[in-house]
Amino acid sequence: MAAKPILYYFDGRGRMESVRWLLAAAGVEFEEVLLETAEEFDSLIKDGKLMYQQLPMVEIDGMKMVQTRAILRYIAGKYNLYGKDLKEQVLIDMYTEGMKELSDLFMLVPFAALEDWEKSVKFITEKATQRFLPVYEKALKDQGKNYLVGNQLSWADVFLLEVILMVEECKSDALSAFPKLQEFKAAISKLPRIHKFLQPGSPRRPPMDEAGLEAAKKLFNLEKGLLFKYSTIVLVEL
Amino acid sequence: MANKPILHYFNGRGRMESIRWLLAAAGVEFEEQFFETKEELQKLKATVLLFQQVPMVEIDGMKLVQCRAILHYIAEKHSLLGKDLKERTLIIMYSEGTMELMELLMIYSVLTGEEQKQKLDEITNKTKNRYFPAYEKVLKTHGQNFLVGNQMSLADVQLIETILMVEEVIPDALSGFPLLQAFKTRMSNIPTIKKFLAPGSKRKPVADAKSLENIRKIFS
Repeated sequence: MAAKPILYYFDGRGRMESVRWLLAAAGVEFEEVLLETAEEFDSLIKDGKLMYQQLPMVEIDGMKMVQTRAILRYIAGKYNLYGKDLKEQVLIDMYTEGMKELSDLFMLVPFAALEDWEKSVKFITEKATQRFLPVYEKALKDQGKNYLVGNQLSWADVFLLEVILMVEECKSDALSAFPKLQEFKAAISKLPRIHKFLQPGSPRRPPMDEAGLEAAKKLFNLEKGLLFKYSTIVLVEL
Repeated sequence: MANKPILHYFNGRGRMESIRWLLAAAGVEFEEQFFETKEELQKLKATVLLFQQVPMVEIDGMKLVQCRAILHYIAEKHSLLGKDLKERTLIIMYSEGTMELMELLMIYSVLTGEEQKQKLDEITNKTKNRYFPAYEKVLKTHGQNFLVGNQMSLADVQLIETILMVEEVIPDALSGFPLLQAFKTRMSNIPTIKKFLAPGSKRKPVADAKSLENIRKIFS
């Protein structure tokens, strides 16, 4: 029997959360090694387990996989969540890259406490409701069903639900102008594996709180003051 | 006959350069439409850009956006993304590392003064201690000429692009990395790449101060 994938990260959402979502949607049980100190991180690096000395890292199928995009695409490909042909795949890639941009911005919200919190949150939620969500609303409208691409659930749908919930944590009425997204959210949340992931006791992580922020600061090297200097470039090493 | 891909961007490297490299390496001729003013970019945003962003590439009846979506599409179409899921994943792992380094170089190019100097220190440190050792190790471990699967892939094209970009600001970047030096020589001699490196190709130069100022105006 194949070993379960092992996720190496800190005990928080960060860049690993999308991986947890996708494995859950694929019905794949996994284990987690949760790092708590800089020493534990250094130890992984010294053991040569991190190709670029960075996390996330996932041990899966004999590989020590790094780079979130590589990890997500592997899981999507392996579990038939990447479309049926190249044209569906490129659509999934375009949509998920947009979602990644948005999710990278939301990842910074707890760290926005380092700068002007209200201004930062306003900037991020506006990007969500003006640039990204309208695109997915339209895609669902054109598709006429609750899948972004093709005729079946794909990674793009899983990621979209994750992002919708993230936006709503910052702005509870974020979907008020998007009826198709509301319908989508309800439909995808009901799928058995997703529903299970949304219940207490699942590997899903809560939003970062004060304690989590302090822990992350200890583990990772944050470049204060540069978080929002370049609107599409994230200068945080996570 | 299929239409040539059309690249929509400004006349400079930016986030389109990796796409130019890949098309060139794959031997695919392409056309470019440059926007030169804020108004021209606004028009594109209002009409054909999915997320109101560039790069955008018109190819095979689609208007593709998002660098990685574009790169992976072209790579897969031209057999530069490996022969199976595992090779593909390795290629993307390596490609993502090069893109991180190229992103730092992009930021460096728009900074000035002390900030720019600090960024260069960071790039030098990461090149010599993080990224180049990683790729040197990959080549050493399997002893092959290409990073993955004994044939050219997206990862190799992005690595040669990155090496040349790094050397523009750190001339001795490859010292201490003999396998990467040999890799650079071999890749530069591949006919399609050799052609792209010669004058008259669509490869873009480093932006000078005037171009940077113009780019700032367009995206303001």
